[in-house]
Amino acid sequence: MRGDQHTWRKIKSGAASTASSVAALVVVAPLALVFYHLVVSGIGSINWAFFTNLPKPVGEVGGGMVNAIVGSGELLGLAALIGVPVGVLGGVYLAEYGGARTNSLLRFVADVLNGVPSIIWGVVVYGLVVLRFKSFSALAGGLALGLMMIPLIMRTTEEVLLLVPGGYREAALALGISRWKTIVHIVMKTALKGIVTGILLALARVAGETAPLLFTAFGNRFWNHNLHEPIAALPLQIFTYAISPYDDWHRQAWAGALVLVTMIFVLNALVRFLTRDRAVRIL
Amino acid sequence: MINPASLPNTTMDSAPRISQSRIPEPPETLLPQAAPAFKVKQLSLWYGEKQAIKNVTIDIPEKMVTAIIGPSGCGKSTFLRCLNRMHELVPRTRIEGEVLFDGENLYGPGVDPTIIRRRIGMIFQKSNPFPTMSIADNVLVGLRLNGVRKRQILNERLEKSLRMSALWDEVKDDLGKPGMSLSGGQQQRLCIARAIAVEPEVVLMDEPASALDPLATMKIEELIRELCVDYTIIIVTHNMQQAGRCSDRTAFFFMGQLIEFDQTERLFSNPKEKKTEDYITGRFG
Repeated sequence: MRGDQHTWRKIKSGAASTASSVAALVVVAPLALVFYHLVVSGIGSINWAFFTNLPKPVGEVGGGMVNAIVGSGELLGLAALIGVPVGVLGGVYLAEYGGARTNSLLRFVADVLNGVPSIIWGVVVYGLVVLRFKSFSALAGGLALGLMMIPLIMRTTEEVLLLVPGGYREAALALGISRWKTIVHIVMKTALKGIVTGILLALARVAGETAPLLFTAFGNRFWNHNLHEPIAALPLQIFTYAISPYDDWHRQAWAGALVLVTMIFVLNALVRFLTRDRAVRIL
Repeated sequence: MINPASLPNTTMDSAPRISQSRIPEPPETLLPQAAPAFKVKQLSLWYGEKQAIKNVTIDIPEKMVTAIIGPSGCGKSTFLRCLNRMHELVPRTRIEGEVLFDGENLYGPGVDPTIIRRRIGMIFQKSNPFPTMSIADNVLVGLRLNGVRKRQILNERLEKSLRMSALWDEVKDDLGKPGMSLSGGQQQRLCIARAIAVEPEVVLMDEPASALDPLATMKIEELIRELCVDYTIIIVTHNMQQAGRCSDRTAFFFMGQLIEFDQTERLFSNPKEKKTEDYITGRFG
């Protein structure tokens, strides 16, 4: 009888550890599969021309995506111009100034905004900016991505600021340092790595967004010379090429996807690097 | 314009009231004359509904060490924080009464706590050098953030503060190293250097040695004795021996009230109140 119980317990224990190992594998496997597939399908089309040439006219083989790569960079830059100051200052408000009631409301709103489907951001900016100026534009695309970044950065900034022990604030205030100088020079400086980490994570998150750009940045087969005009972006270019009927475009879409995923991978690796000391590793 | 005829009257009116309020406080008159740095009048403080300080009136002398002792939760740390308005960091606190510093009510309208804290510095129980800063930057941060830019002044003040906090010889070759690289006792002395670098008039110390080993504690106590030549020092301690060793005056707090305030020797050798005697003889607390 006792032997039976012992065996049964061993079986249950084995089943539990197997099930959780399988689940862990299921988490890792897609990344490995996606990356493997991208490399196999995309590496063949990655060459010097891909990074330096504009797309060729429809029907001609060859050309590259340099305008989309640069365009994505510009859009992320614009997004950061909007998302970083507002997000960081909002996080400072939550962590340093806000009262309990306003804070819980703000957190709730930020969390809801984080969950808003990205296409909604595109539609909103389409209504607010594109219709008013009667043109798709880089600015509209940057705005859509920037708005998405705000709640992300706000919450991560708040969390890392709250990790700074209160003793540092007290010490600074007791030296007769004013509140805002204490926040900027002591608290934010102590949490700088964490704030930067939050910004990079938000950039990595919006770098691959396609839906909010469909009605805003719109895409462009040529260089963008004016931020009031449509601009190319890697995710948009991948979308356009992937749904096209041309084999060459399909190959280039794979290459573009590989480049995009590698960029996001690098951003995340940078985050890991910045958070290698444990104090700021909360994300 | 003031009507000269009314002046003698008003002084006549107020004079008896002052002397009357002084008569029923014999402990005050027993103290040798010392100019007060703080005159605290009927100070009460509430955290939300809970009253933490009850009607405390006390004159704290300048350029001496005043120790505040009492059991945990007696309000001694809270009282200390009232002296530079640090308690305001805790939400939902309410205060009544007056704290006169240099003749001015700290709680008067239009008084900026930032300015007060430049004149009344504070040392905390847990040493807290800023982790992003070197030893030198830690000492100078108060000056720099208050707009002092001149190299010469900064260098002078750096050496002077570190010498006064008895740390100079130990760190003079490592001024660029992180403040956090020092030992616990050194970190606390670094915090003292940081506090006195802005040249305050008063240094409040909230159990400054309670996290330190006996040797480091001894150094802090020696330092306190040296600093009281130039500064008014008020130290909260739960260690009665420490109060006995390094203070000139001792105040005993119990349940938010000031029970007794006297010269340190006299309070410990000949307490007037039963509660004080019970506490210092170890019957409770």
